[in-house]
Amino acid sequence: MTLLTLTDLSVSLRGRDVFRDVTLSIGEGELVGLIGPNGAGKTTLMRAALGLLPFTGTSSLAGLSPTERARQVAWMPQSREIAWPVSVEDVVMLGRMPHQATRRPSDADRERTDAVLDWMELTDMRHRAATRLSGGEQARVLIARALAQDTPLLMADEPVAGLDPAHQISTMQTFAKLAESGKSVLVSLHDLSLAARHCTRIVMLGEGGVVADGAPAEVLTPERLAHVFHITAWYRDTEDGPIYQPLEVIR
Amino acid sequence: MSRVMIPLGLLVAGLAMASLLIGPAGVGAGESLSALIAGDGGPLTLVMREIRLPRMILAVMIGGSLGLAGAAMQGYLRNPLAEPGLIGVSGSAALGAVLALQTGLAGAFAFGLPLMALAGALGGVTLVMLLAGPRGGSLTLILAGIAVSALAGALTSLVLNLSPNPFAANEIVFWMMGSLADRSMTHVWLALPFMAVGIVLLAGLGRGLDALTLGEDAAEAMGVRLTRLRLQLVLGTACVVGAGTAVAGAIGFVGLVVPHILRPLVGARPSRLLWASAMGGAAMVLAADIAVRVVLPSRDLKLGVLTALVGAPLFLHLILKLRRERI
Repeated sequence: MTLLTLTDLSVSLRGRDVFRDVTLSIGEGELVGLIGPNGAGKTTLMRAALGLLPFTGTSSLAGLSPTERARQVAWMPQSREIAWPVSVEDVVMLGRMPHQATRRPSDADRERTDAVLDWMELTDMRHRAATRLSGGEQARVLIARALAQDTPLLMADEPVAGLDPAHQISTMQTFAKLAESGKSVLVSLHDLSLAARHCTRIVMLGEGGVVADGAPAEVLTPERLAHVFHITAWYRDTEDGPIYQPLEVIR
Repeated sequence: MSRVMIPLGLLVAGLAMASLLIGPAGVGAGESLSALIAGDGGPLTLVMREIRLPRMILAVMIGGSLGLAGAAMQGYLRNPLAEPGLIGVSGSAALGAVLALQTGLAGAFAFGLPLMALAGALGGVTLVMLLAGPRGGSLTLILAGIAVSALAGALTSLVLNLSPNPFAANEIVFWMMGSLADRSMTHVWLALPFMAVGIVLLAGLGRGLDALTLGEDAAEAMGVRLTRLRLQLVLGTACVVGAGTAVAGAIGFVGLVVPHILRPLVGARPSRLLWASAMGGAAMVLAADIAVRVVLPSRDLKLGVLTALVGAPLFLHLILKLRRERI
């Protein structure tokens, strides 16, 4: 079953085409890495797919009612805004909102919240004000919030930016586990090694559209890295997965 | 939740009782209450039912709704410095009232002033909605509010400027300071329907405001209809602030300071703050209205002056505390 289908999706912002005619579908059990240089339209693509931006073409999510959509897809924006000193637990519980008829949390809501707090190693700080945590801790709280929503599809915009290496890896492992359980994750990333190691599939955006879409090794070729990212990269296939180390900028 | 709501409820009840019992008539508590409830038709019953009771009810209604609207506005804009007057409704309601005073409508017809103030509020909110557009974000709403406030302020000054009669100008200036003195039950009945509609609209915002804690994008993706939420907020605020200004004049600082003080006590969640802030606002206006009677009983100290006098230093203290915490 496909969880997201985009057909000929095009977005223009302030008269400039961000990308044109993107066709993409994501099925169950996929962890899809969305990569591309700054300005390629990774964020725009995800926001348009959700129906948060005007676009032409079709997105299978954009036609749903807001509540229905929130039960299908959880969205973790790049801006990590937490406006008030609300407790970590309360922030994570917000993710249960699309499932709640009233404001009083059900047992299922509490169970799910406890589980994701545990996954993201936040149980010890559940009663602390989220605004008082470090940037990396706040990022984990917001990932936990998105996981609490318990949707078939999760879209996350650079969720590992600002995390220490250990939490980058454990976050990607959490996403991989979600995918193994039959759910799907679409995640934008800048770290090519993380994308190559953990994602089952990579979609490379650039030059106003999808440049490549497929298995990590097929997508991340030296030619494409040179052409789309303007870099040369050192590459080694190891037992623990591929490693890409960007070396130089091609001018 | 009840940890905060029960003490606040008791505070409001205590202050409401004090508001009924304190006044220049100087009668004992038992006697006053029996005159209010039993009502023998004597002068004390008249004082209790026609002077002190409406005054107490209006203080609760206006304070409560200002506190509620302040908490909602701060939650929507995710800014602790926001207040209900930000969307220009109090300014335009004041303009309506000033026009009623200037044209003599207020004198000719008992409810000319509050009705004109309500019309002003309606005009102001319509203009804000037209300027901000149906889908605009919070920034366009603030800018539209500032534009309408500035225009209403300028027109109010123009009326004062061109006033041929110094007594009318004097009356306008005093009215704008805000007061609950000499209000009747008719004022209560006039404001009540608007207040009720406004309170229902604002009280329904809790979940959406909670989700907005994580920003507009995240809230929308969690199923919140932002356009509807904003419309509900603006109309609710316009109803309560318009009705409040119409019957009592401009009473500032309540919607700004009260949510700020109570936020840490409710765990900062906007939905929990709504009702706590309503109680806190009622308590603040009741206390201020008692204070104007006690501090300078012979000089008709205005309620709006007192709330600003108390509110400004309190706010300064909060800012200093915030600065210390940031360092």
